[in-house]
Amino acid sequence: MNTPTPPPVIELTNVTKRYKDTKAVDGVTLRIDGGKIYGLLGRNGAGKTTLMSILTAQDPETSGDVRVFGQHPYENDAVLSRMCFIRESQKYPEDFTPAQAFKAAALFFRNWDQDFADRLAEEFTLPLKRRIKKLSRGQLSAVGVIIGLAARAELTFFDEPYLGLDAVARQIFYDRLVEDYSRHPRTIVLSSHLIDEVANLLEHVLLIDHGRIILDDDAENIRGSAATVTGEESKVAEFTAGRKVLHQDRLGSLASVTLEARLGAADRAKAADLGLELSPVSLQQLVVRKTMTAPAGSAGVEAPAATDPSELEVAP
Amino acid sequence: MLDETRPIFLQIAELIEGDIVAGALAEEAQAPSTNEFAAFYRINPATAAKGINKLVDEGILYKKRGIGMFVATGARTKLLERRREEFFHDFVQPLTREARKLGISVESLTDMINRSNSDPVLTERSAGR
Repeated sequence: MNTPTPPPVIELTNVTKRYKDTKAVDGVTLRIDGGKIYGLLGRNGAGKTTLMSILTAQDPETSGDVRVFGQHPYENDAVLSRMCFIRESQKYPEDFTPAQAFKAAALFFRNWDQDFADRLAEEFTLPLKRRIKKLSRGQLSAVGVIIGLAARAELTFFDEPYLGLDAVARQIFYDRLVEDYSRHPRTIVLSSHLIDEVANLLEHVLLIDHGRIILDDDAENIRGSAATVTGEESKVAEFTAGRKVLHQDRLGSLASVTLEARLGAADRAKAADLGLELSPVSLQQLVVRKTMTAPAGSAGVEAPAATDPSELEVAP
Repeated sequence: MLDETRPIFLQIAELIEGDIVAGALAEEAQAPSTNEFAAFYRINPATAAKGINKLVDEGILYKKRGIGMFVATGARTKLLERRREEFFHDFVQPLTREARKLGISVESLTDMINRSNSDPVLTERSAGR
């Protein structure tokens, strides 16, 4: 952590992907540093898969600058051989068996660990000799997860890799991911909407909404960056005046307002004096609050009288 | 075990501190490693490392190169001092605030503390009355 900053693994400058009239990715600028686990979060259709498809050269950008390992990834073997992309509905040759899929992966990924793949297959109780087309949805996902982990690629993308995996199998995935990453640090980009499950695994969070990055911060900075204030409406209004409101609910004379604010000891004392209850907001709740509003640019939340409406926009 | 709404590195640091204060982690004993914390709590290893490094910066833990992290001599005393300072606003202030709200006088609050200190069984019975 005290080492000098190495060059980024990924650098995007004003990248846009347009399909006819819609911008699936809209002017994204970001950098991804090596050796960290990133979470790419957002609603379905927010642009997560499109962004990963651009980075892995499956689908080129319409405009902007894309650098992966310092180069443009499109038709660039030097870059592509260093990365692994596991998609939600990964396609394999149907007559292959998982054993054959692993053999093919072993040829492509130079850091491939066959022992690790075998151990994972056992843990996921994956039938290695059954044809891929006969596998269940969960078993198919297990094939992808095993390849993504055992490949130990310098840059690994997991795009919602757990379709059909039950809670136990997902836990095996998370546990092995943390364990193996501890021993072999590398860059991992994990896209998920099971945010509560993955939150603690992430070092950095990228939140995408309507094709734009609306949150780009260390997971530890985000924890505690929002709070919900509940109590008598006028007291809540007094406390929240001038602060950035993410959401509010009302029940009779009771108000519950979610603030994007890091509350200090003085704030806590003030809330206590006003008889208000403060409750923390989890990453999942924060993501919901930030992405359930209207597209960036039009304030989606009604402002209390005391709050400046210009602060309500979700875009940075 | 971990609360997802506060920085996890702080919670990791607090867990280690708690073990030192309770005596479960003796001075000069080896603390669990970053990777052990990461695997046990299913957290990012960098986060675990940040919590451990916080305690190193504060002189609670120290690093033996190539071996691991150890509890510094005097760490327990240091932590106890800090905990006593925090006791006022973490416990006493909320207590007096709630007492005021319920109309409990300082005298009866003192009385309750005395009772609680001398006979936990009695306190329990009177609370149920």
